Amino acid sequence: MPYPTDYKYTKEHEWISVAGLAGTVGITDYAQSSLGDIVFVDLPKVGDTLEAGNIFGSVESVKAVSDLFSPVSGTVTAINEELKDAPEQVNADANSTWMLKLDLKDASELDGLLSAAEYEAFIAEETGH
Amino acid sequence: MSATSNPTPPLRRTALNATHRALGAKMVDFGGWDMPVQYSGLIAEHMAVRTSVGLFDVSHMGDIQLRGPGSLAAVQRLCMNDASRLAIGQAQYSAMLTPDGTFVDDVVVHKLSDNDYLIVINAGTREKDVAWVRKQIGAMPGIHISDYSDYYTQLAIQGPKAEATLAKLTDTSLSAIKNYWFTHGKVCGLYNVMIARTGYTGEDGFEIYIPSDEPTSALVWNEILDAGAEFGILPCGLGARNTLRLESAMALYGHEISDSINVFEANLARYAKLDKDTDFVGRAALAAIEAAGGPKRRLVGLEMIERGIGRDGYPVCTVTGEKIGQITSGSPAPFLKKNIALAYVPVQFAALDEVVAVEVRGQLVKAKIVATPFYKRRKKSIDLK
Repeated sequence: MPYPTDYKYTKEHEWISVAGLAGTVGITDYAQSSLGDIVFVDLPKVGDTLEAGNIFGSVESVKAVSDLFSPVSGTVTAINEELKDAPEQVNADANSTWMLKLDLKDASELDGLLSAAEYEAFIAEETGH
Repeated sequence: MSATSNPTPPLRRTALNATHRALGAKMVDFGGWDMPVQYSGLIAEHMAVRTSVGLFDVSHMGDIQLRGPGSLAAVQRLCMNDASRLAIGQAQYSAMLTPDGTFVDDVVVHKLSDNDYLIVINAGTREKDVAWVRKQIGAMPGIHISDYSDYYTQLAIQGPKAEATLAKLTDTSLSAIKNYWFTHGKVCGLYNVMIARTGYTGEDGFEIYIPSDEPTSALVWNEILDAGAEFGILPCGLGARNTLRLESAMALYGHEISDSINVFEANLARYAKLDKDTDFVGRAALAAIEAAGGPKRRLVGLEMIERGIGRDGYPVCTVTGEKIGQITSGSPAPFLKKNIALAYVPVQFAALDEVVAVEVRGQLVKAKIVATPFYKRRKKSIDLK
């Protein structure tokens, strides 16, 4: 399965993996594939506060720019500095290439996100297959 | 991304649609055509053309043939360049203009014989162009207009290894075909194939016109891929086609040129021959614009000097944020590894090295005016021995 079952997903094509209140966020394989060659990832700073559903950054491919939406609320604890020089890592492996880590404000927000199976059904519907 | 329930007409397909899908191409709606936007990846495809060779299906382009003793007069009336200067077997970049001196479409005119011209037109403007041609010259004497758009599969083989690739499939002497000339020869066993040294990538290369039935189209496509395999040929989609033509600062209809942009603004006046001996549609307007001191705005090249990518439609501003113009095409440039754009700005801001700002999603990002084309291929070195 291309979408790990221990992740949660948004309809804007982000994933989040959570251990306790520590979350790790990236974009899905479907998102990287839709965008094509990624050349630029714009991320917030460590210490920034994110609100669930709000824009926290952007990812740009050669042909398009797409906003990044935070799956949950919380405080940024780390960003993936490697993406500054090697944004193409997201294309190579979207599932394990994280963008930022954050401390969740409210773990119950995870309940509103999609499971891997729900996300797959969602993109199948979106692409009309 | 949101789903629409409006009924839309079915997308048009080239004869190679199934071939593209079998190659795993990502398909998009391009002006009503179901076309490959990329196969292996836009950057890899772009680089293949710059450094070796790439293959494009450009069958969505249209082809209008004008035949008869009146054909030269008709081409001269329709198009701004001077077709009387063409020899048989020669092509020229040109454009059909409105009476205002703005663009109906940009075209490539090929002289097949004294009484026979082929005009290659854009995909998105096919019906409009054919109607325009019939309206402008349909009543002229000695002229027969044929829309052959669906008769050809048009393939572009582009890149420094294009000649070596195509040479394996033809007995025609390709090195004898100069840039913007063409000939007819045998390709993959097919007789009388038009082989033109033209393209839309800023690279050396060829465009060939073969019958548009599916088996023939697929056979030639696959033979070209096989012939280019030793050079690492890649099938290339519209994504790479766009970034290649942008690096070379070639105009795209609906972006740099349209019916609201005139020839002077688009920097294409060198292709408009106001003094040729036939009056052409749009000539009087161009003469008036020239007499009035030229255009008020001009197409310029921009290079982003701060972090950010200017894209199609983004506003161009002064460094203090006053809006002065708009980007028509903007993208990261895969070969140049810079963020570049073409934009219209008032002539007082059009000088080289002028610093302006692009409004990138609410933020002003500095850019400077640079010379175009952004990329120019190195000509083959002259052997002085």
